[in-house]
Amino acid sequence: MKGHFGVYGGQYVPETLMHPLEELEAAYVDAQNDPDFHARLDYLLRNYSGRPTPLYHAARLTENWKAGKIYLKREDLNHTGAHKSNNCLGQGLLAQRMGKKRVIAETGAGQHGVATATVSALLGLECEIYMGEEDIRRQELNVFRMKLLGARVTPVASGSKTLKDAINESMRDWVTNVRTTYYMLGSVLGPHPYPLMVRDFQSVIGLEVRAQIVEKEGRLPDVLVACVGGGSNAMGLFHTFVPEAAIRMIGVEAGGRGPKLGDHAARFAGGEPGVLHGTFSYILQDEDGQVVPTHSVSAGLDYPAVGPEHATLHDSGRVEYTSINDDEALEAFNELSRLEGIIPALESAHAVAQTKKLRLGADQLVVINLSGRGDKDVNEVARLMGKL
Amino acid sequence: MTRIEKRFAQLKAAGRKAFIPYITAGDPTLDLTRDLILALDGAGADVIELGVPFSDPIADGPVIQRATERALHNRVRLRDVLRVGAEIRRQSEIPLLLFSYYNPILHYGLEKLARDAVDSGFDGVLATDLTVEESADFIRIMRAAGLNTVFLAAPTSSPERIRKITAACTGFVYAVSRTGVTGERNELSATLRGFLQLLRRHTDSPIAVGFGISRPEHVKAVWEEADGAVVGSAIVREIEQNSGRADLVDRVAAFTKWLRGEA
Repeated sequence: MKGHFGVYGGQYVPETLMHPLEELEAAYVDAQNDPDFHARLDYLLRNYSGRPTPLYHAARLTENWKAGKIYLKREDLNHTGAHKSNNCLGQGLLAQRMGKKRVIAETGAGQHGVATATVSALLGLECEIYMGEEDIRRQELNVFRMKLLGARVTPVASGSKTLKDAINESMRDWVTNVRTTYYMLGSVLGPHPYPLMVRDFQSVIGLEVRAQIVEKEGRLPDVLVACVGGGSNAMGLFHTFVPEAAIRMIGVEAGGRGPKLGDHAARFAGGEPGVLHGTFSYILQDEDGQVVPTHSVSAGLDYPAVGPEHATLHDSGRVEYTSINDDEALEAFNELSRLEGIIPALESAHAVAQTKKLRLGADQLVVINLSGRGDKDVNEVARLMGKL
Repeated sequence: MTRIEKRFAQLKAAGRKAFIPYITAGDPTLDLTRDLILALDGAGADVIELGVPFSDPIADGPVIQRATERALHNRVRLRDVLRVGAEIRRQSEIPLLLFSYYNPILHYGLEKLARDAVDSGFDGVLATDLTVEESADFIRIMRAAGLNTVFLAAPTSSPERIRKITAACTGFVYAVSRTGVTGERNELSATLRGFLQLLRRHTDSPIAVGFGISRPEHVKAVWEEADGAVVGSAIVREIEQNSGRADLVDRVAAFTKWLRGEA
């Protein structure tokens, strides 16, 4: 068996998709062994996306919160405004290498859709983005952005009309157009090799942090904090540090409105192992094995399953998983804006809020992955605060 | 020997081919599902594929997605689908294949499902999104209970995968006629014959062809190349269009006869 993280992961897909998954895995392994591929990706990460992103000491946050010495990994400064472009540039080059002319992707908040549309424009690939009708309504600006970038945005009206249904529709498209189309999955989810490949493309985050913190502090950090939707920004930060047993790692899920099933997206608090979208991991489901709707103020965390590598890191206890509710996330969104002049994505605000709750000494080094910027959320937050 | 195996053996001896309808359990109601299966039996069906509704049907096109949503709206659960099997068994020996996505089965418990499926008169289980690579426990447990395990073979499957898939199938092999989700098509795939020949080289089990078969001429064409034809979306659509009519069951039976070339 391949593509497993402990008992989790694997390949649970209609048979038609097994051949393209095998093809993808072979192409990925081949690319990994090709110095030219790495050189091209590295060039684009530096000169197109703006890497390395800074590791910033948030002095005012540190001063006000007394929750350790806080550093922010500024993934929000990437081109397109989030860590998503790390993965899309890697997969885009892979799609091109495989001779695929058409790229499809799902999107929830629109961040992965925008990153996919951006990379497709850059590489001259035809691009179609599936997005739930409900999310299209909530994220008008990102829809327009994708269209500007030349992508077709196809509304998904089935099921709950959100991210999970957009993934369903992407998989249906892929199974139909499998010979010509590359599916650019946006997180450490889905069937093997996606969880592994997306983690590898995101692991640049942790590798940079390792070098940057040593340069600034002369040692490794004590605590790492990241939000977990599918879990790609968290895996990107954590991966290189997993063997460093002294480093505490915290994954923050969306606590939503409260602990009732359907009101949150905290898979480790309210979910059980199961199969969704091609992988075996923790999912939010009812007593009959039906996947249940989720809620979070942050569209990027509003998803019923979590990446399979997180499931194994959870079971082993290597990573602690907690949750932050909508109100706490909004409060952190406001505080970071005022104290540091950085408006975070609502997703990243969950990691920020969790850090405030940690009782850390002044000498403890904590790195928060600021996975995205909050421009996309400004309208929604204004609405929630009653300012629109 | 399961009822599925017996039926295929009888058909082979008689030089005939199998007609295999798929319907989604609980669409429009569980009682009507039972009546529809009995009517399909009367109209010449050889095996029934009974679909378990699942919240995220990634392999299905719009027709079966809608049927799934109606069934879920009726709160139809796996245990209800099993109960329909038990009701059928009081009146009919039609072979029954439980057709599901993997998560509802996994959540129910493989051991418990195997036991309850046999007790409810099912003859086999197929999980659409369960690949042979992940199926060791499933195969062992279902077979130990006396159930057939049916897997899908796709036109994109490599010869190596075809070998693994045919080895994992008992009862019959389900050949997917073309890439894509379930749904009706005007034409059968031009490459179907070559695909079936490849399958035939790897197995002596009966081969049934599904996906896109929606007209009598499709059924006839498939019967010339394989041992059985599966019709899903076309029948589910007929149910959808006649839902609420007093003569729903008769209409679906008549439609089935038409598909079989008898009307």
